[in-house]
Amino acid sequence: MKIKKGISLIDQHDQFGFWGGKFGGSFIPETLKKPVEDLTKEFKKLRKDKKFIKKRDYYFKSYIGSPTSFIKLENLTNHLGGAQIWAKVVSEANGGAHKIYNATVHALLCKAMGKKYIVGDTGAGYAGKMLSMAAKKFGLKCKIFMGAKDIKRQKPNCDAMKKNGAEIVPVYSGSQTLVDAVSECMRYWVSNCDNTHMCVGSTVGPNIFVKICGWSTAQISRELKAQLKSEFKRIPKKIKLINCVGGGSSAYGFWSEFIDFDKKQIELIGVEAGGPKKSKLHAAPLSRNAKIGILHGAASYVCQDNEGQINETESISAGLDYPGVSPIHCFLKDTKRARYTYATDEEALNAHVMVTKFENLNPSLEPSHAFAEAIKIAPKLNKDTIIIVNSCGDAQKDRDILKERLGKI
Amino acid sequence: MTSLINETFKKAKNMSRPALLTYTVAGDNTKKKSLEILKSISAYADICELGFPHNTPIADGGQIQTSAYRAIKNGIKINDVFAIAKEFKISKKTTPIILMGYYNMIYQYDENRFLKKCKNSKIDGLIVVDFPYPENKNFSKKCKRQGINFIQLVSPTTSSIRLKRIIKDSHDMIYYISMLSTTGGKLKVSPRKILENYFKIKNQNKSKNVVIGFGITEKTIKSLKKADGLVVGSAICKEISKSIKKRQNAVTNVTNVVRRLKNKII
Repeated sequence: MKIKKGISLIDQHDQFGFWGGKFGGSFIPETLKKPVEDLTKEFKKLRKDKKFIKKRDYYFKSYIGSPTSFIKLENLTNHLGGAQIWAKVVSEANGGAHKIYNATVHALLCKAMGKKYIVGDTGAGYAGKMLSMAAKKFGLKCKIFMGAKDIKRQKPNCDAMKKNGAEIVPVYSGSQTLVDAVSECMRYWVSNCDNTHMCVGSTVGPNIFVKICGWSTAQISRELKAQLKSEFKRIPKKIKLINCVGGGSSAYGFWSEFIDFDKKQIELIGVEAGGPKKSKLHAAPLSRNAKIGILHGAASYVCQDNEGQINETESISAGLDYPGVSPIHCFLKDTKRARYTYATDEEALNAHVMVTKFENLNPSLEPSHAFAEAIKIAPKLNKDTIIIVNSCGDAQKDRDILKERLGKI
Repeated sequence: MTSLINETFKKAKNMSRPALLTYTVAGDNTKKKSLEILKSISAYADICELGFPHNTPIADGGQIQTSAYRAIKNGIKINDVFAIAKEFKISKKTTPIILMGYYNMIYQYDENRFLKKCKNSKIDGLIVVDFPYPENKNFSKKCKRQGINFIQLVSPTTSSIRLKRIIKDSHDMIYYISMLSTTGGKLKVSPRKILENYFKIKNQNKSKNVVIGFGITEKTIKSLKKADGLVVGSAICKEISKSIKKRQNAVTNVTNVVRRLKNKII
């Protein structure tokens, strides 16, 4: 298994959609073959269409607010006394997280295919909120599938979805979290694929959805590359790009331009959700050695039992609370290009506290996992090392959880 | 050598009626009960589909999800599914049994080991919901080598080129999904339209047995009796749920449903 240079990672799959011969694919019911094929053709055409690219870039700039800023966290760096810590503040994007890139592209695709309805899944509520925003912007009718447990714990985002005119469909089956929301959304699409477009909220699902999402979030690393050059005159010699990984859409977007670099120069570190310190449950299939399985139309490392039943997961962060992970990250793990680890709920909370104490930055619980790793390794590194954390979400949505756990607003 | 599945369709055809196929979830609501249900309904059902339950069933509606969750909660394992099928085939040698489920279960069990176990348990056919053509080509060949019918699915969205290819590579039976829906959806297409599509498939190769499934209930079954076979699943799972809730005998109730279904098509 080897990564090819000079080709975007989203295109390094075989004819059946597998990365490294075993991750990804399209394990879908027959009914979805046609809509998936149509979408594949449309995307293949549009991504080469100059007009479409122009349109995408226009909305990325004028609607999403690209580029998001790249800042040094001076106080945190001084406090930890090791590597320099920087942040790519993707949470500045319209809506407060990276999910807006994928949502905007899907809305544009939906329009291009002449469909009037768009549906999507959501965990933390960001994917749902952004899809509802994009739907409103482009005049599409929108339905969001969300686990009942997540609806309770991410209320601010639910309020936003409703305000944007989207219908939230609560999912009561299974663990009532993201995994069930994705299943229910796919079921809905099976029944309505003739007039409805489906947006998968991360780099997961059948092959084409991994590609579209990765293509959309890649904007983050294009910006970062330019920002690095203007800040340091050239790409620095020692960089660590730290990103949280649930499905893995922000991590892929953060890394895509840097995959061809030697890992001694640019190390890619993915941080999964380790769950509560004392619990056996987690949402960390990559770093806690889950087996390969098929979930939501793709093969990836999946938290599951010996029989192939999908395990319940547990994490304080709804956006990372998912038993599977992008096939692209499985590929990056097996080729050893990226390193994956996890942070527990407690570590993420502590990181959130430390970052907000020292900096004018309010990372949500998802990127707080990435900050936990940065805080852990920074003191051991010298000041020539540049740690960059993708602060991909704003903690506004987590206010209830933070209040409960930390007693603060 | 002709397969038991083929023979069964031939018998039904000789009686000028479609074959009745039932779907129940193995282990719903217990291992023992589901075997009893299977044995009892096979007095009326020509072919029994037995679902191996999965907890993330992306193509199943509420009724079958409920049955699957119930079976898993009661501790059903994949080896229990084989045990139920094997036991069933000991007493009902001439009734074909088809296992139906999701690919991850087969993948975790290992394809070859799974098929050996199928053969050993006298399984006649396999339906894998999320393993479409052409990805399933190799696996389908493996099934054939073991004398197991791999059943291809086709749907209203299947293009005509694709349909030709699927039929060409299919075994004795093809499953036509009546409409865009998960299992157990309300029939939202007219039976006339469904049959029109059905004959487009059937007329390509008359030697293939084509069955219709999804949305078939006591109300709708009669209108589709021109097909080679008709599958009823959710309506049966629903009856099991209802019986449990009312503390009634699920075996009797389900058998009554299947008997009534059969009476509508003879």
